[in-house]
Order: sequence, then C-alpha cells, then structure tokens
Amino acid sequence: MSIDAPAVLGEPIPRLEGRQKVTGEALYAYEYRADEVLYAWPVQSTIVTGRILRLHTDVVLAMTGVVEVLTHLNAPKLADGDDGELLVLQSDRVAYRGQVVALVLATSIDTAREAAAALDVDYQNDGLDVELSAEHPKLYAPEEVNAGFATDSEQGYVDAAFATAAFTTDEVYTTPALFNNPMEPHATLAAFDGERLDVRDSSQGTSSVQQTLSTMFGLDPANVRVRSEHVGGGFGSKGSPRPNVILAVMAARVTGRPVKIAYTRQMMFALAGYRTPTISHVRLAANADGRLTAISHQSYTQTSTIQEFAEQVAEPSRHLYAAPNRLMTHRLAALDVPTPRWMRAPGEAPGVYALESAMDDLATVSGIDPVELRIANEPDVDPESGTAFSSRNLVGCLRRGAELFGWAERDPRLGIRRDGRFLVGTGVAAGMYPAMTSASGARVRALPGGRYELGVNATDIGQGARTVMAQIAADALGVPVSAISVDLADSTLPKGPVAGGSSGTASWGWAVTKACERLRSELAAGAPVPPEGYEVEVETSVDVDAMAPLARFAFGAHFVEARVDLDSGEVTMPRMLGVFAAGRILNARTARSQFLGGMTMGLSMALHERGELDAVLGDYANHDLATYHVAANADVRDLRVEWLEEEDRQLAPMGGKGIGEIGIVGTAAAVASAVRHATGVKVRDLPIQPDRLIGQLPPRFL
Amino acid sequence: MEHAVDVLPTTDESAATASAGPPTTRVTLDVNGSEHPLDIDNRMSLLDALREKLALTGSKKGCDHGQCGACTVLIDGRRANSCLTLAVSAEGSAITTVEGLADDEGLHPVQQAFLDRDAYQCGYCTPGQICSAIGMLREARAGWPSHATHDVALDGVVLDDDEVRERMSGNLCRCGAYVNIVPAVLDAAEGSAMRDAADSHAAHAPDVPDASVTRGTTAPDTTAATR
Repeated sequence: MSIDAPAVLGEPIPRLEGRQKVTGEALYAYEYRADEVLYAWPVQSTIVTGRILRLHTDVVLAMTGVVEVLTHLNAPKLADGDDGELLVLQSDRVAYRGQVVALVLATSIDTAREAAAALDVDYQNDGLDVELSAEHPKLYAPEEVNAGFATDSEQGYVDAAFATAAFTTDEVYTTPALFNNPMEPHATLAAFDGERLDVRDSSQGTSSVQQTLSTMFGLDPANVRVRSEHVGGGFGSKGSPRPNVILAVMAARVTGRPVKIAYTRQMMFALAGYRTPTISHVRLAANADGRLTAISHQSYTQTSTIQEFAEQVAEPSRHLYAAPNRLMTHRLAALDVPTPRWMRAPGEAPGVYALESAMDDLATVSGIDPVELRIANEPDVDPESGTAFSSRNLVGCLRRGAELFGWAERDPRLGIRRDGRFLVGTGVAAGMYPAMTSASGARVRALPGGRYELGVNATDIGQGARTVMAQIAADALGVPVSAISVDLADSTLPKGPVAGGSSGTASWGWAVTKACERLRSELAAGAPVPPEGYEVEVETSVDVDAMAPLARFAFGAHFVEARVDLDSGEVTMPRMLGVFAAGRILNARTARSQFLGGMTMGLSMALHERGELDAVLGDYANHDLATYHVAANADVRDLRVEWLEEEDRQLAPMGGKGIGEIGIVGTAAAVASAVRHATGVKVRDLPIQPDRLIGQLPPRFL
Repeated sequence: MEHAVDVLPTTDESAATASAGPPTTRVTLDVNGSEHPLDIDNRMSLLDALREKLALTGSKKGCDHGQCGACTVLIDGRRANSCLTLAVSAEGSAITTVEGLADDEGLHPVQQAFLDRDAYQCGYCTPGQICSAIGMLREARAGWPSHATHDVALDGVVLDDDEVRERMSGNLCRCGAYVNIVPAVLDAAEGSAMRDAADSHAAHAPDVPDASVTRGTTAPDTTAATR
C-alpha cells in the first residue's frame, strides 16, 4: 500500500517515520543537543522509611566537574501537582527504598554517575511495611478506584446463590509486581531561556506534562513547551509526568543551564511506576447448564504512603459475564513502597486474568467445554449498568478462534498428551477492554498546491499514531496520505489527551476528522487558500459529551498451546492465536503489530515477569533486565492475530475501539488454562515458572 | 605526538588529584569509515562516546549493562554491546553503527526488511536489532552454530525461524515485534545470499574470521549469554 494512493482507512500503510527509525535518525528525548548541558544523576535512598539526617555533599561538590548537588535543603519549593511522587526533594522524609534524596549535576555523564555513587547520606531508619496480603491490617476501601469507578458494587445475594448452585469455584489468584520496562528509559532535556522553558520529555502526552510543570513551578503555561517527537515505548509508565521531568526542570532552573537526565534501568523499578501486585478472591456459582448465578471478585492491591493509586482490578468482572448475583470489591493497603502506576491494561490485565482463570476452573469442575461455558454466559446488556452494548462480539471471537485453532478436536482430559519429554495442552480465555474517548483539539491547514499540514497533539509511542492520524486526515480530506504532513507530540499544538487507555486514536482522530471535514466543506464553499494557507482548528468536547450512554468495549479470545518440559518444568508456547473484535481497524499493518505486541507482553506476564520483593531490604531485588525477565525473541513462536469485521456507529466517527491494550488481556489466563490441560496442575499465582510445576509433574519415564 | 595523550592514565598520584580532573586519553575512533580524534574520559563507554561525543545517537542506551542489546554496534564486523566496551579500547577497530549502514544506493537490506515487515514499533531497540542481525547473518554464513543448531558437526548453518529467534534473543523488544523481526531477518538473509553469489555487496564491514578458526573458541552470541 503506497502513501500516494487514494487514502482508505484500514489500509496497511507503512509507518511514516520508519526510515528515521531504521537509520538511527529519529531523535528521542535524551538525544537532542544543548550547549553547556549538565548531566543529572539521581541519588536514591538506601533505607525504606525514615529521615535524612545528613547529606555529605561537600565531598561530592569538591569533585572536578560537579556543578551542583540538589537536596531537600536547597531545592526550589514546588506546588502540589496532584501526584506525591512528583514532590521530589521537598522534605527530609523517605517513604520507600529508591526514592530520590539528591540530584548530582555534573559536566559529564561519567562524573555525574561517579559523584552520585560517592554521596554518603546519614539516615534515621524507621523500619518498613512492604508486603501485601489479603489480611494486611492497613487494608481500607478507597473512596473510588482508578478511572472513577465504584470501589464496591453488589447486586442480589451472592451467598444465597452459592447455597443452591450446581457448581462452584472459590479460589485466590495472584499477580506479582510487574514493571513496564519500555526499552527507552525515562529521560528529559530541559532548558530555560529567561522565563521560557523548553522540554524534551519521554512522555505519552505533552499536554499533561506542560500542565503539571506550569502548576508545580508556577510558570505561565504559554511559556512552557514540551515535545515528545519519538518515544521509546511507555506502556503506561510515561502516561503522566514522572520525577525525571521535575528533576530536570528544577536543575535547569537552579543552574541556569540545560539539564538532561535519563533513568538507569535499575532506577526505573522505583521511579517509573509499575503494576501493583494483585490478589483476587474469585467465587463463581453456576447452574447445571453452566449459567452463572453468582460472580464475586474481591481484590487486594497496594499503593504507597505518598500517593493513592487504586487499581480497578475487579472492575472488568462487572461487565464480562451475566449473573444475577454479583459482588465486586476493592481493598487497598498503603505500604512503604514506590507508588504503583498504570501498566498496559491496568485493571483488566490482572482482573481478567483472575476472572478468566476462575472460568477455567468452573469449566473443569463442571465438565463443560470452556468455549461453550463462556458463550452460555453471554449477557444481553451490560450486566452492571443494564445499558446496551454499542457492539459486543465476544462470541464471534470465540467461535472464529475455535475454528482457526482446531478446538473441536480437543480432548478435554487433563495431563494425558505426551510428545517425547513434553506434556502438551491447549487453553482458551476471553479478553475485554473499554473503548474510551476523550476530548481533543486538532488543526489542519490547506496549502496552495494541494498539500495539508495537520497539527494534533497525539504521541507516537510505537503504536503508529503519526501514520494513522495522517490516514484519518487523508481519508476525511479525500487525498493521498503523501499530501499530509503531520505535526504531533508538541504542547504548543491544540490540547490533546495522552496516548493511554487505548483511547488516543479515537480521541485525537475524532478531532482530526472534524477539522478535516470542516476544512473540506469550507474550501468547497469557496474559501480561498492564500499563500500562507487556510486553517481550521476544532475541539471535540461537545461531540464527546453528546455520545449516547452505552457500554463500549473491545473483546478478544485467546487460544494457546503449551508444552511443558517434564525434566525442567519449563513452559513454552508453540502456538498462540488472538481473535479480536475492536471496531474498525484503521491500519491493518500497525494494528497487527499492536495486537502481537500485547499478546507477547501477555505471554511474558504469564511465564516470566515477577518483581521479587526482598522483605528485609524492602525493595524489588531483581531490578534489571538480567533478573527481571521479559519475553525474548526465542520465547515467541507461532503467534497469530485475526480480527473480525465489526461496524459500530456509536464510537468516534472512524469507528475504531482502540487496540493498544486488548492484546494483553486474557493471555495469561489462556496460558494457565493450557498448562493445566497439559499437566493437570492449575497454577493460580503468576508467573508460571518451572518451580510452580516441577514438583507436581508425573515421572518422565512411566 | 602532541595528540597522543592528554593526561596519562597512570598510577601517578598527581594525575589522580581532584584538581586534575578525571584521566582522559586521546584516541582516534574509526566510526562508519571516518576518523574521529577524541579526548576520552577513561571511564566512558563506547556507547556514551558515540552518543555524547560524536552525536551518533542511533545506538541506544536501554540498560547500560549488556542485558538488552539496544546499543549493539559492529566492531570489526562483529556485533558487540557498545555499553560494555570502553571507548578507549575501541581505537584501532572499525566501528559501524546504524548510521553507517545505508549508502548511496539506499538502505541496507536488513534496514529495508525491517521496514517491509513492520519489524519495529517504538523504534528504540531497532538500531541494535538491525546491527545485531547483520552480525548474526555473518556468523551464520561463517558456520557458527547456535543453541538451535540441530547438528553442530555439519558444515554450514541452515537459517530457519528457530535459528533466527535464538540468535536474535540478545536483543530485547518490549513492543513485541519479534514475530515480524524473524521474517525480516530471513528476508535479508535471502537477499544477502543472492548478493554474495553475485559478489556485489561486501562493503559494509569486514568479514568475521573463518569458521574453522573460531568455532569452539568464541561464543557467537555473547549478548544472549547474559540472559
């Protein structure tokens, strides 16, 4: 598909910045040049809680090349930016191990690192409370959970339903602390020119960074420019400003010189955000035909003592299946840990893992085929609210996936298929993710000669926003993509939301569509195009607010095959298939990559990823990529994606539901299901590492 | 000799005093065919020298510990983690970074294959993946076996999906582009095999040593070994 062909939404147009990325020309935040730049290096606390008694900065300041050491004693005072993690160097209190206690500024990267390592800090050590459990005395019910959802919801009588059910399950499912680990560590370059602040930040949304910096530093927003032209992944961890951007701006203000900072990979485990460990107590009750009579999902997660973050783990269980009696609750403990933050499909990834694992348990208990069990519990309307779905094609995903995967030939018996030293099994799980839209601005300018300049504050974090925005504009204008130039990821553009919540494309794209349609009609009505061009700018608050109150979700079905090594307990996944219903797919090429990427991260969550809490040190001990394992190339074998044609006119005008997160939702449950089918052993604590299985496997030689 | 050494990196106490600053060494780095005389802080990695001194930021810093492969460059034709290489030790070697792969005739076949297969998303691991793939294809052509090689006694390596997955596992991609990276590398392998036959594209880097010399003495995939 050429960018010079007439544009059609959905065509697999190659990424517009592709050549820059494969030649190394694409610049990420840390890579911009600035004269007289200083290198910033954070110093992290080595205690969990307590007070800083003394910082031996004199030794460090005497080192050649060290320009300044910022601490709570000399750092500028900041206004509250609505995130306690951003109030860096504001007090002598330490709230978790790894919190920033000082910032070294030096003329070279090597000196900055060495000086930071040389800074001795005396502490008063006040102990630690870092281990989450479902019985933790500090558990409480937050006022609401993330994204504004209700903490608790209850319908009918769950306990009564259990008393009369034909089949029940009652199990606890856990996921460990998970770390986003985008390949590009969080980085910022900040420079003041008088009162004007220019920032290059590795962020998923420049508007929110600009707003936070203006608030916290008391700057006129018109004087603050934030750009994120290329971002090396985020997966939620760059969805809001992180301490790196605050530290860089603070240091630039104090020194009067440009400052750049990049987290080390190790720092990211404390300072970037992560997915909270989750504990889900899920109880299901069903009739003899498998129809659910009760769903209970009670979740337990952690936050820090400096910022409340309440992951909506039980929220998806309010929408996935019908059942007359329902109980969903969230309890939170504020521990001496870094504040959790968003990670790809927050709420859904751990929550659907738990619910779908419970459905797999119910299928095993009842002897009902797991695909048919799910289809039997398909709701007519959103079970929680009673409102209609804008579209819902979970059944279509399950049926199509079953057909492609050869599900009909599956022998349901557990632990009986051997291939040499391997046990083999297959599994299934459903996935869902809300299709959200928020208001955005956009502008488009027609130039003489048939070219168009699009300005939209989208961020391309690898999902292909630059390309898809150009496609949307070209489609709305009726011109080839090559006629469009795209300006994005710049806070001087009309305000736009972050690349997050699988809502970016719908939100920005609506504004792009609106701007282009208006431009097209005004030009058609005879508006002249002067030499400098003819521009329209729009904003979509009114349009978004006018959306009908419907339940909007993307759905998916995962089918996987697991092989379990009888000698080692190692699990490999020779086949994985995801079938998705996510509205209209706007670029088949980048969409396929996003689905594959989500599923790959799901595989990684299922088999590899676990933050290992050291309860004595009070920190995640495996804070690098040698010990915190993410899926490598050899882990991923035959991984396939298909999507259903789905027309949904109750979405943003392009008709897409957002696809950044749905790929990871349900994957781990499908893997656990396949491992049980292979071995007869059900693992309910992720990840499914060899130690979970090795003691329970049958002998290699019968 | 006026450019030889600015401050001797010796045990001389006077050179180590704070006022003298960190010891530096004058070296000449051969990067992408150009000579760069530089005063290098002896502590500086090749990766930082490329990025901070030469503004060659195509080589990425993902972990700085040899665990992710984003910094992979070719040193004398062999892939190496530039974050684990001291810059001062790279003098005398021909260093090729992602910026040095395309020529007047266009992109390197591996670069083109990555575009054609959408073998990247955010692009941050991509330069390392591409350099690693180029080094890997040379290793395979030289007959170096991998963990996925079915019979290491046979001469030559037949590249298939498993071979590429194994040999590329030192380069992490968090976006999850592996499914597209494998066919991209195989596309490029086919293309380069045809070019080798035509003897027309040997310019990018020196060949790895002859397989008979190196087999059994050098791990072909040093990046994977750290995992």
